[in-house]
Amino acid sequence: MDWITTVDHKKIAILYLWAGGLFFGIGGLEAILIRIQLIKPMNTFLDAQTFNELITMHGTTMIFLGVMPVIFALMNAVIPLQIGARDVAFPFLNALGFWTFLFGGVLLNLSWIMGGAPDAGWTSYTPLSTIEYSGTHGVDFYTIGLQIAGLGTLIGGINFLATIITMRAPGMSFMRMPMFVWASFITSAIILFAFPAITVGLVLLTFDRILGANFFDTSAGGNSVLWQHIFWIFGHPEVYILILPAFGIISEVIPTFARKRLFGYSSMVFATILIAFLGFMVWAHHMFTTGLGPVANALFSVSTMLIAVPTGIKIFNWLFTMWGGQVRFTSPNLFAVGFIPTFTMGGVTGVMLASAPADFQFHDTYFVVAHFHYVIVGGLVLGLFAGLHYWWPKMFGRMLSETLGKWTFWTFIIGFHLTFFVQHFLGLMGMQRRVFTYLPNQQFDLLNLISTVGAGLMGVGMLIFLTNIFLTSRKPADAPDDPWEDGRTLEWAIPSPPPEYNFKQTPLVRGLDAFWKEKTSGHKTMTPAEPVGPIHMPSATILPFLMSVGIFIAGLGFMFSRDDFGNAFMGFMFNHYLVTAIGLVITFGSMLLRSLYDDHGWHIEPEELEGR
Amino acid sequence: MMKTWQAGKRLLPMTAALGLILAGCGREDLSVLRPQGPAAESSFDLMKLSITIMIVVLLIVFSIAAYVLVRFRRKPDQREIPEQVEGSFKLEVLWTVIPLILVVVLAVPTVKAVFAAGNDHSNDKNAIKVKVTGHQYWWEFQYTDYGVTTAQDLVIPAGKDIAFELSTKDVLHSFWVPSLSGKMDTNPDGTTNRFSFSAPNEGVYRGKCAELCGPSHGFMEFKVKSVSEAEFEKWVKSMKSPAVLPEDPALAETFKSQCLTCHAVGDMPDLSSAPNLTGIGSRESVAGILLNDDTGVDGEPVLENLKTWLHDTPGVKPGNKMPDPKKDMGLSDEEIDGIAEFLAGYTLD
Ligand code: HEM
Ligand SMILES: [Cu+2]
Repeated sequence: MDWITTVDHKKIAILYLWAGGLFFGIGGLEAILIRIQLIKPMNTFLDAQTFNELITMHGTTMIFLGVMPVIFALMNAVIPLQIGARDVAFPFLNALGFWTFLFGGVLLNLSWIMGGAPDAGWTSYTPLSTIEYSGTHGVDFYTIGLQIAGLGTLIGGINFLATIITMRAPGMSFMRMPMFVWASFITSAIILFAFPAITVGLVLLTFDRILGANFFDTSAGGNSVLWQHIFWIFGHPEVYILILPAFGIISEVIPTFARKRLFGYSSMVFATILIAFLGFMVWAHHMFTTGLGPVANALFSVSTMLIAVPTGIKIFNWLFTMWGGQVRFTSPNLFAVGFIPTFTMGGVTGVMLASAPADFQFHDTYFVVAHFHYVIVGGLVLGLFAGLHYWWPKMFGRMLSETLGKWTFWTFIIGFHLTFFVQHFLGLMGMQRRVFTYLPNQQFDLLNLISTVGAGLMGVGMLIFLTNIFLTSRKPADAPDDPWEDGRTLEWAIPSPPPEYNFKQTPLVRGLDAFWKEKTSGHKTMTPAEPVGPIHMPSATILPFLMSVGIFIAGLGFMFSRDDFGNAFMGFMFNHYLVTAIGLVITFGSMLLRSLYDDHGWHIEPEELEGR
Repeated sequence: MMKTWQAGKRLLPMTAALGLILAGCGREDLSVLRPQGPAAESSFDLMKLSITIMIVVLLIVFSIAAYVLVRFRRKPDQREIPEQVEGSFKLEVLWTVIPLILVVVLAVPTVKAVFAAGNDHSNDKNAIKVKVTGHQYWWEFQYTDYGVTTAQDLVIPAGKDIAFELSTKDVLHSFWVPSLSGKMDTNPDGTTNRFSFSAPNEGVYRGKCAELCGPSHGFMEFKVKSVSEAEFEKWVKSMKSPAVLPEDPALAETFKSQCLTCHAVGDMPDLSSAPNLTGIGSRESVAGILLNDDTGVDGEPVLENLKTWLHDTPGVKPGNKMPDPKKDMGLSDEEIDGIAEFLAGYTLD
């Protein structure tokens, strides 16, 4: 109950982490099944339809439900601490964002047991995703599930923007913010601009499918290529939503374990902004073979290549942060150090893809599969591992085992390169992506086998990580405030895990790497910016949960509104949109309750603060 | 402009070496790395240039990383705090400018090649015009100037430019012959694509569908057969000869009433709801994926393949739109085998 009603950013972070872990596990299992099917030519382990459902759900789950919540978990856990705040700007909305995300994800995954998962690829290109060619409810689960989950993401993004703009501790100017906060800030801005695009796209596709509209039907005056534009105007920025937080994490971990401040801080900030900006200008590089013509292809080619410049700045700045430092190979830093070459390899294949005439060959082959897994897995997932190992003691008060952490790193990264490096060659040798099997004697066999073995090894790495978490959770919570000893930012100045109110007194920030600055000038703690006084706290509430349940019910009701149930009662309820209405009543009722009932929260008194 | 060219020239030896290594990868009739025509070569040249640049970048990053990690490890007795360096304006400018130059080196030939690839031959009198239509899960090829329609095997005269007009009857597909050219999507009417390529060397090349189009997407293959000009003319002529039917009148009737409602043969009007069967005994494959090979190395003899297909259409290509001859059309095993034998013998002279 405590968990359902909480509005504390630290608890919501943990909720995001478990939910993300769950979906990540589902997506991972799907990946393993896909790789087993491809282990040899003409394999019959899975049938074609199931395979297409698995690739669709794997992509969708990983991008929207697997890594996004883990990113949000870290952002929730860390941002308020790093800027010296007591919570996020809108704790109620924070909880609402989590619950809508979770119910959207659950709705999407219900498709496995409710008559057919989506099968048109995570990009759901029309006309394949229209009712004519995808007749089950699969794609409806996709449109409506993602719509609900996307709502949560948008709420979360806006909340972080407001938090970072308004709640920084005294003295923390924008140019004194930790790099992770900067990255999260830019990420949230991208969310704000990119998610409305997919929202609109999903609405249009839902209308085409459920209400018989014709936005994407060429024969009725629609345009099927339109979907691709809408999807990628969202979809390309989305990949930066994923990678920028990883950049932020790496920029925190490396300075800590090199005992040096981040090299070229201001150029890092500038590069981040530039990447975000260019990220919106390059969507059509996913569409070179759609037939946009040479002018568009040339423009999008060149603008895409330009992204290599700010990305390069970042890589060299990280390397030079370590230059002249004292590098310690703790498990978080192993992941961070492993990130640099791996991500660079994904970046350079990105530049190769950007050359349109070459992309005519690369597009929709295993070369692209290799490229984006190098970026998303080799970049983002390694980054998340670094972040999780790094902040785990702060979030849970317990140090993860270093030995197991190192085992996780080595099995995972070796498995990763085995899996994906060979896929570059598969693509170049003529293997298209999204094929459920392939004919023998095309010289694809050995490389596919290697790839599957590698995927198994990555799975082992994940299991070691889970074991680590399990064993750690049974140890006493005795992590020191600054467990890595060289912590530089504010979160290391308070206990692990932090008390409910984070900072007894809001700290005064006197420079970049605020805590490090105090430590090197001989202080043990931060200088407070205020006297000890009563701390205002928001009340726990179940309303966000209820509102999300309502949206979930409404979504299901709308989705099945045209079905023939062969049962008078069910038919009546669904076909007259009564189920939808019930869901909406729950949601709007909760909203009404929230606005009518004035809740002023509560206070923690100074005596209580001192008493602990 | 001069400068970029110089930089490009310095990369040449490595490009050449790489080209040699990569050219060992994959089948000649399938691999992007063993281009067999000018369009694929142009892509391949860009790939070699970009791979070279990228390998140089990787080598630099890897060596700096390796050096830093070895040289600056923390030693057990280290206690003093390293100097906290702000950054370095010079260095940061350096690694902004160098990537910019590299991008320009790649961007210039890219833009040139983009416009060269956009140069289609639809108004070229010497080009062969072919209308390609994607269907779930087969390919239709119409030679508009010759009044010939065929499926699965695209026969072209070696060395001539082929001007394609691409569209689809259902969902999106993508037309791709890796060793001859990059791919191009087949969109619904209204967004028809054009492009062209040529195959200077005679031979058979493997083509694929590269856009997810349903369960049998992976099986939506086709062959490009590059033949001499004389052979091409001969092929066109025999494609236009009158329709052939089974000799046994009963079988002929079954074939007509059951199969020819969707398929066409010879000079019959083509409704294009199913692949044209004219001369199917001479094709490279049945259904695009059952390879005809009398030696049994890559596939089975054409008769075996036709029997496999007709006895189990849904099993061979999941989700395909042809009714099952036995279950849906009520043909007996003998009738199916008879039709298979007839089709296997239906060759072009
Ligand atoms: C930074 C994080 C990045 C992520 C997460 C990412 C992810 C992806 C994904 C998922 C795709 C596949 C789309 C599909 O066909 O389904 C893709 C394709 C592509 N990416 Fe990236 N990418 C990233 C960075 C880059 C960079 C830095 C570049 C270029 C400088 C780039 C260039 C491309 C291009 C040109 C394609 C299209 C390839 C094709 O569809 O043929 N990407 N990327
Ligand atoms: Cu296809």
